[in-house]
Amino acid sequence: MLGLAVLLILIAMALLAPALFPRDPLAIAGRPLLAPFTDPSLPLGTDRLGRNVLAQLVHGARASLAVGVAAALVAILLGMLVGTLAGFAGGIVDEALMRVVDAFQIVPGFLLALAFVSVVGPSLPIVILAIALGAWTGPARLARAEVLSIRERDYVAAFRVLGMHPLEIAIREVLPNALPPVLALSSVIVAGAVLTEAALSFLGLGDPNIVTWGSMIAEGRNVLRSAAYLSVVPGLALVVTVLGIYLFSEGLSDAISGRRVRA
Amino acid sequence: MTGALLSIAGLDKTFRSGGPEVTALASVSLQLRRGETLGLVGPSGSGKSTLARVVMRLIEPDGGSLRFDGLDLLALKGEALRRQRKRLQMVFQDPLAAFNPRTTVGHALADPLRIHGLVPRTGRPAAIARLLDRVGLPASLAVRGIHEISGGQRQRVAIARALATEPDLIVLDEAVSALDLTVRNRILELLVELQRQSGLAYLFVSHDIAVVRAVAHRVAIMERGSIVETGPTPAVVAAPQSEIGHALVAAIPSFTSRTTRA
Amino acid sequence: MSETLLRIDGLGIRYSGADAAALEAVSFELAQGERLAVVGESGSGKSTLALALAGLLPRHTWIEGTIAWPALGHPPVAGRDLGMVFQDPGNSLNPVLRIGEQVAEVAQRHLGFGWPQAYARAEHLLGQVRLPDPARLLRAFPHQLSGGQRQRVAIAAAMAATPALLIADEATSALDTIVQRDILLLLDQLVRERGTTLIFVTHDIALAAQFADRIAVFHRGRLMEIGEAGTVTTMPASPYTATLLASHISLVTPPLIDGAPT
Repeated sequence: MLGLAVLLILIAMALLAPALFPRDPLAIAGRPLLAPFTDPSLPLGTDRLGRNVLAQLVHGARASLAVGVAAALVAILLGMLVGTLAGFAGGIVDEALMRVVDAFQIVPGFLLALAFVSVVGPSLPIVILAIALGAWTGPARLARAEVLSIRERDYVAAFRVLGMHPLEIAIREVLPNALPPVLALSSVIVAGAVLTEAALSFLGLGDPNIVTWGSMIAEGRNVLRSAAYLSVVPGLALVVTVLGIYLFSEGLSDAISGRRVRA
Repeated sequence: MTGALLSIAGLDKTFRSGGPEVTALASVSLQLRRGETLGLVGPSGSGKSTLARVVMRLIEPDGGSLRFDGLDLLALKGEALRRQRKRLQMVFQDPLAAFNPRTTVGHALADPLRIHGLVPRTGRPAAIARLLDRVGLPASLAVRGIHEISGGQRQRVAIARALATEPDLIVLDEAVSALDLTVRNRILELLVELQRQSGLAYLFVSHDIAVVRAVAHRVAIMERGSIVETGPTPAVVAAPQSEIGHALVAAIPSFTSRTTRA
Repeated sequence: MSETLLRIDGLGIRYSGADAAALEAVSFELAQGERLAVVGESGSGKSTLALALAGLLPRHTWIEGTIAWPALGHPPVAGRDLGMVFQDPGNSLNPVLRIGEQVAEVAQRHLGFGWPQAYARAEHLLGQVRLPDPARLLRAFPHQLSGGQRQRVAIAAAMAATPALLIADEATSALDTIVQRDILLLLDQLVRERGTTLIFVTHDIALAAQFADRIAVFHRGRLMEIGEAGTVTTMPASPYTATLLASHISLVTPPLIDGAPT
């Protein structure tokens, strides 16, 4: 429940950002390095250039959540497709695809994203793709494992008997049934994607035209001793977001398993 | 033998899956005529389900021949095999496991119609209603989820799905073994009636020789991968020649004799 | 005159979240050493009754009425006073533990045996349930045995502490007719030798008639009738029982087909 509340607040923040703070969050709003809670019109103070911290925080929520969710979606789709095809086809196709998965899995996800963005250049779609490249192997393995078991079920045999093409069986009938365990993993993937995005922005590899929490933390790095709040506030936002995602997914899986009817 | 719909000769199948070898089929031969029900009876592990799956080309045999209406079924692959599948269909033991858990009755019945291009999309609801009617189910069942209906209804839908392509042969692999007895009997009556109407042939696999006696014209008894006895059902059941045949008959409970002390 | 082992009075059970009661107003008594068959179709409540007696109902299940154990003086302790065998031996046997350990553990825990003594007892029991080479089987895993053999192990484990009551919940429904009969003969012999009371849950009334002293017929949660096996099967008091009896296919039931194929 708590997780749901947190997430709803975040989503509201992200969606309402243009309404709450119509001006460009990167525009100068007041005098620089104003501490939080001193000026009612600037509740969280200003940064080194005098920009509104709260405005940046709220706009940053959009970027972080959008990138996190988008990257997770790409990772899941790609992973499910590869995992299902590998598990269903078996034999040499399975071997080949699993070696590709191995290759991607050997490199730590963050470093892979880092390398990709450095080479191709920082823009929003590239950042999303980069994060997905580091995260798709988990869903791929999970989907493949599930498909290996589904493959033996009578209904798959029934489809073969009906004369359905194997590709249609794999994608239309088997893949959706392999989804549940991957969905359970999805919240972890989103949380990881949010953090990876923040780290990329922190290192200056995010899209320079938008505000993200990572870029805010990077900005605050230089005045960490005198104006710690500049880094701490977006950092806290990250922590709350990730916690919220975890709590929400725990609550969701509890609710789903609680509804399971007795035999 | 001419005129046989299904002709099997010398089928072999050995499973080697990392453990000890298991000979599931040892040179199995049998014939099935049009419009006939051949009962395939045997204890667990006798190979009857393996044989059923080999006939349906779900499992590849190691050797032997399989001819369906004169066609060499083992030689077919890919698209050619998929086209021939219209003519042989299968009903499985567990009606729940035989369907995609997320499907509806209507979608399940539409699948064969769609795959083989038998009915254009506009004609499908009517075709589905006709199929449901043939198996004694109301057309309104089409919108229900497959898990929402009873076990007996589900098995009727499975039969309807098998009928959709107007096959010549339906393989029933322990198709009534998981049903309540009253439900089972109604399904058996349905199967016999469908056979009378359409001249369908059945390969009826079961471990219960009494049920086979009720529906099969001829019976083949299997044990450990081999067919040990075949013949017209009344003769075989009344006087089984094989030891396993005797055991199968003795295992049927009756009300007239109690096995243990009163 | 044997004592009353079990007295059920006005028992009603409803699972949380269910619209209908699983059992309603059930009352009967069971004498020590008696063999009672609980017969019914799906949804009759027969398995619910078994679970209730074994104390295996889920939390938050609504229960009314009483279950008394006069001869025991207290509710039965699972393993010591009561043994249970399920339809799927996978439910009774742990796939990652060796068979010897699972059977011996019952003796060790409920009879206070040391492990060497418990293992000796386990080996003896595996012989009693007519498994071949018990000494070697002690070290085997469940997946190395056939379904029928696993059920024998489950029975050995259930009987290890010589319980007063053995409940077999569809224990033979997943087995073929030959193995089913062997297992029932085994159960019959074991309970007779030890004076164990047996509750045998099944959907097959003919099977029940072979092995039970009394038969209790359940339908949609209600006890339709209970009486001597011979009486219930020849002069049923309830029309529902008559329906069940009529649904049995024996070797003399008229076949559904007539002679030659169409």
